[in-house]
Amino acid sequence: MSVLVYTENWDGKFKNSSYELVSYANKVAEMTGGSVTALSIGNVGDDELSTLGNYGASTVLSAGDAGSFDNQVYTGIISAAAEKSGAKVIILSDNNAGKALAPRLSVRLKAGLASGVTSVPEAISPLLVNKKVFSGKAFAKVKVLSDTAILTLAQNSYEIVETGGNASVEAFDSGVDSSTGKTIVKDVQKQTGKILLSDAEVVVSGGRGMKSGDNWQTLEELADVLGAAMACSRPVSDEGWRSHDEHTGQTGKIIAPNLYLAFGISGAIQHLAGVSSSKYIVAVNTDKDAPIFEAADYGIVGDALQVLPEFINEIKAAKAQ
Amino acid sequence: MNVLVCISNVPDTTTKVRFSGDNTSFDSNGVQWIINPWDELALTRAMELKEDTSNPIAKVTVITVGAAAAEPTLRKALAIGADDAIRVDAETGDAFYVASQIAEVVKNGDFGIILNGIESSDYNGSAVGGMLSELLDLPSVSAVSSMNFANGEVLINRDIDGGREELSISTPFICIVQKGIAKEPRIAAMRGIMMARKKPLQVESAVDVASLTETLEFALPTPKEPCKMFEADNIKELVNLLQNEAKVI
Ligand SMILES: Cc1cc2nc3c(=O)[nH]c(=O)nc-3n(C[C@H](O)[C@H](O)[C@H](O)COP(=O)(O)OP(=O)(O)OC[C@H]3O[C@@H](n4cnc5c(N)ncnc54)[C@H](O)[C@@H]3O)c2cc1C
Repeated sequence: MSVLVYTENWDGKFKNSSYELVSYANKVAEMTGGSVTALSIGNVGDDELSTLGNYGASTVLSAGDAGSFDNQVYTGIISAAAEKSGAKVIILSDNNAGKALAPRLSVRLKAGLASGVTSVPEAISPLLVNKKVFSGKAFAKVKVLSDTAILTLAQNSYEIVETGGNASVEAFDSGVDSSTGKTIVKDVQKQTGKILLSDAEVVVSGGRGMKSGDNWQTLEELADVLGAAMACSRPVSDEGWRSHDEHTGQTGKIIAPNLYLAFGISGAIQHLAGVSSSKYIVAVNTDKDAPIFEAADYGIVGDALQVLPEFINEIKAAKAQ
Repeated sequence: MNVLVCISNVPDTTTKVRFSGDNTSFDSNGVQWIINPWDELALTRAMELKEDTSNPIAKVTVITVGAAAAEPTLRKALAIGADDAIRVDAETGDAFYVASQIAEVVKNGDFGIILNGIESSDYNGSAVGGMLSELLDLPSVSAVSSMNFANGEVLINRDIDGGREELSISTPFICIVQKGIAKEPRIAAMRGIMMARKKPLQVESAVDVASLTETLEFALPTPKEPCKMFEADNIKELVNLLQNEAKVI
C-alpha cells in the first residue's frame, strides 16, 4: 500500500515541515509495506525536488505551477495524484494549507480524516492513530473506518530522518485546469523574516519585559545564532515594537516549535494558548513567581537584557564544538 | 442574501478536561457549554456586516448538529443577534457526519455565505467547513481573518503559511474563519437575551449518514516535569542541557 504526501514549498524551497512529513510518511510506508510518493505543486527545481529522496520518498510528482492557492484546484491535483499512486494513506501538514485541503480530499476520496495526529499509527488496517484534542490538553485515539485514510500531522511531531535515498522525479499532469479556481488573489504579503514562524523549529520571543523595541536587536542576534524565527507577546505588537504577524497566543499565531525561548514574558494564559504545545520552553523573567515558569522546562530568574549577551555567547560556544 | 453560521457547542475552554467510562468518553459533569470561540467570532462578524445596511445581508441563521442539550448555546447565538436557528437533532458523529447534516440543510435553503470556525476547541478537527464545501461543491476560503463586501464581491484576507493574501470571491461560498475576523466576540445584552426567547428555533431530523472515523479512547498527557531553574551565572549549564538533554539546538 503506497503512501502519498503533499509537500509544500516556500519560494521554490521545501519547508522543514515537508521534510518532516516525508520522514513520517516513510515510517508509515514501512508499516504498510509500500513506497512513498511525494507531490509538489508550484515552481520547484529538479535538484530541490530530488532532495525529498533523502527523507524516504521514492517518487516525486511535480505538478508545476498551479496558480495561487485555490482550495478546489489544489484538492483536484492531490486527488489525481492519489489516484495515480494508488495511495491508501495520504498525509498533509496540519497547517493552514492542510486544514483547507484535507477535509475536501476526505469527502472527494471517501477517506476518513484524522487531523492533528501526533505519532505514527498504531495499526494500519484499520488505521489507528493518536491525535491532539482539547487544544493539546488531551489525546484521542481515532480509528479510520474507510479503506483510504487521510492524516494531517501536527507540526514538529516527528523527527526529520535522512535516509540517504534517491527519488525519481516525474512531471505530473493532473488534468486539473488551474484557471477554474474561484478565488482571485489580488495581493500577497509575505512574511519578511528569513525563517517562517509557522515552520520554525526554534522560536525566540520577547515580551513587555524587554522594555523597548530597541532592545530587540539582541533577540534578533540570538535568533540568528540559533536559526530561529521571531515571536512576541501581544502587548509588544500593540506597542508597535514588533509586527502583529509575530504575536502568538489566543488572539495570535499558534505555534509548536521544538524550542520556544521566552524573554520577559509573564506567561498569561492567553499567551500560553499559542505556545504551550512547544516541545521545550525556556523562560527568562525577573519575577520568580511569573506563570511562565509553570509552563517552562528550563528557567532563569533574571534580567533578560543582562542574560541575553551571555546566552548568545554560550550558544555560540556550544555550536562551535 | 442569507448567511448561515455553523455553531459547535463545546465545553468552556477553561474546563479541566476529564474522561469517563474507561477513558472512552468526555466527562461532561459540571461542564459549562459555550459557542466554539471561532464560531462566536464568525457570528460576530456576520452581525457586524448585517448591521451595516449598505451590505446585502437579509438574515443570519445559526445551525448546530446535536442533541436538545445544545439548545441553550443556540439561544446564546440568537441573543447575540442571529435571526433564527436550526438544530439538526442528532447525537453527533464525526466531522463527516456533521458536515453531511449541514449540507442537507444548505441544499434545501438559500444561503450566500456559510461561515465556519477553522476548528472547534474540543476535537480540533478543522474539518467540518472544508467537508461541507466539498459536499456542496462550493468554493471555500480557509484561515480567513477579514471579510468585507465591495462592488458585488466579497473581499477577504486569509493567512497562508508564511504570509497573508487578499482575495476576492463571489457568492455562494464557504468562509472558514480564524481569529482576527472580528476583534472581540460580541456579548449578548439583556435585550438580546429577552428577544432570543421568542426567535424561531427549528428542529430538523438527521439524515442517515455513516461516519468515516470513530474515536476509541482518550488520554491525558503525562504531567510536565517542574521547571529546572538556573542561576543567571550558570547559563552554560542551561545551554548544555538544551544541546545534550533536550537536543533542540
Ligand atoms: C481576550 C484576550 C486575548 C489575549 N490574547 C493574547 C495573545 O494572543 N497573546 C498574548 O501574548 N497576550 C494576549 N492577551 C494579553 C495577556 O493577557 C497578557 O496581558 C500578555 O500576554 C502579557 O504580555 P507580556 O508577558 O509581554 O507582558 P507583562 O504581563 O507586562 O509581563 C512582562 C513580564 O516581564 C517580566 N520582566 C520585566 N522586566 C524584565 C526584565 N528586565 N527581564 C526579564 N523579565 C522582565 C515581568 O516580571 C513580567 O512577568 C490577551 C488578553 C485578553 C484579555
